[in-house]
Amino acid sequence: MNAIGAAGASSSGLRGTRTVQLRAFFALCGRDLWVTVRHEFGSFLAQALLQPIFLLFVFGRVLPEIGAARPGYGTQLLPGVMALTLVLTALQNTALPLVIEFSFTKEIEDRLLAPLPVSAVAVQKILIAAMRGVLAGLLILPLAALILPGGVHVSGPDWPALIGIFAFGSLAAGAMGLVLGTAVPPNRISVAFAVVLTPLIFTGCTFYPWISLAHLRWFQVFTLINPLTYVSEGLRGALTTLPHLAAGWIALGLAVALVGFGLLGTRLFTRRAID
Amino acid sequence: MSSAETAAVVRVEGLHKRYQGDGPEAVAGIDFDVLPGEIFGLLGPNGAGKTTTIGTITTRVRPTSGRVLVDGVDVSVDPVSAKLRIAAVPQLSNLDRSLTALENLTFHASYFGTGRRERRERARELLVRFGLGGRENDHVNNYSGGMAQRLMIARALMHEPRLLILDEPTTGLDPQSRLFLWDTMVDLRERGTTLILTTHDMIEADRLCDRIAIIDGGKIIALDTPRRLRKLLPAEHGIEVTVAAPADPSELFAGLSDADRTEARPAGEGRWRVRCYGEDGGQTGGLPAEALAAAQRAGLELIELKRLEGSLEDVFVHLTGRELRGADGARVSSRWSG
Repeated sequence: MNAIGAAGASSSGLRGTRTVQLRAFFALCGRDLWVTVRHEFGSFLAQALLQPIFLLFVFGRVLPEIGAARPGYGTQLLPGVMALTLVLTALQNTALPLVIEFSFTKEIEDRLLAPLPVSAVAVQKILIAAMRGVLAGLLILPLAALILPGGVHVSGPDWPALIGIFAFGSLAAGAMGLVLGTAVPPNRISVAFAVVLTPLIFTGCTFYPWISLAHLRWFQVFTLINPLTYVSEGLRGALTTLPHLAAGWIALGLAVALVGFGLLGTRLFTRRAID
Repeated sequence: MSSAETAAVVRVEGLHKRYQGDGPEAVAGIDFDVLPGEIFGLLGPNGAGKTTTIGTITTRVRPTSGRVLVDGVDVSVDPVSAKLRIAAVPQLSNLDRSLTALENLTFHASYFGTGRRERRERARELLVRFGLGGRENDHVNNYSGGMAQRLMIARALMHEPRLLILDEPTTGLDPQSRLFLWDTMVDLRERGTTLILTTHDMIEADRLCDRIAIIDGGKIIALDTPRRLRKLLPAEHGIEVTVAAPADPSELFAGLSDADRTEARPAGEGRWRVRCYGEDGGQTGGLPAEALAAAQRAGLELIELKRLEGSLEDVFVHLTGRELRGADGARVSSRWSG
């Protein structure tokens, strides 16, 4: 091959590169979906659904039955539990595998040598985790119908809002997982999970509507830092007639979380992947 | 530019790599070409810069300066095209533990766009060729070290790379697996695949590599065929004398008329091993006779006297010294410096 031949080959290569990259991207997704369905379905369901099942049971059934909560609390709680499941599943499904694959099994290497840019590998991780989050979030509905005493009462769901919150909420949570999974050194990951997840769960307006915090102004403002707040409030708005955070603020909160964590996470991922 | 140069599968030009802004250079100016169909060895002490050099070829390490071309493609400019041409087998298993052995191969090929039927056929064929037939549906967690190594090479071959990079492929394997891998590498070369191999194992390098680059301190200090590298020894026919002596006896032997250079190190139990390098030419007398006489004159008990046949290991030690290396490749002990 002479110099001209080499240049010609690489420019025709660049033209075909987009197809090659897309094919690699979808093949990586194919591998992840295959593993989810064929090898890890049981453990995925256990990981994603056990916590919401107990939340719905204790807060939606036990507490109202013993008189510790109002009878309708379960219905009020449902959007929050859905949001929590959606966000935690997407976040954990990016962060945990990344920590394991980068530090212990090195499985990530085969993906990093696949013919697509390193940042696309990061985006693909977010996408699959988001899909797992959406699936877990959707499964909350039939579970709630079984567990809550009055079943599920959804008043005129706002479908576009619901789809939008599911899509952008799970992607933002996946991006948060990307940051967590790549920023924290492996020996600190258990501490990091406790330190990040606990405040995330309890300040995300899952167990209480944001509006009802008006008397606790400082905490109401504080919850706005948590991306989960926007998912909870968004689902509250899409599924119930309860008062909620204004749609514009929800959209803004989700957009900031998705873009911010997405850019930061991709940057951190690339730094981990390429020295 | 000669035709041999343009046809290089890998060309490394003026490569420098510094991991931290003010840290030491892991690679301090390396140039070499890997030609089609050869097995190219990278040899060097720990921390010499081998892994960094390989990392730049596999797109995982960004050069501080200089460039790396794979098949004419600049790795930094178009990493995707470069990745299509290469495959890398790391030292430790990085197999996909969620998948079976067969799935490890077929999914890898799918990342490279190989069709469904073709990848299944190729996977089954490679599994048989690598002695893994019948174990294709096992989860790779159940694979032994040797099996995992073979499966990783099979996986690397799934997308038919032009260049296969193996990082210490036989470290920690049993002799059977090692021999099998050696045969495999020779077989791959015969099928037209170009190989880059890093190793500490001199026998492996000597036996497999067409050319070897010896790296130390981030620089290539020698690059040639194993045969010509051996000629880098100060003398091809030196001798090694083992004597019982109370103290370092090297001065006794340093004065031998045929010895260009002498070095001694303790051999335990009050013995010293002295190496005298020099032109011997096999004349009567010469180094052995002189050494014998020197030992007798000093009243030292002679334990052993043997000719040094230049092995690759001798070349390696001669070029890189005897000091142990720290994590950054710096010499941490000067006890053996001669």
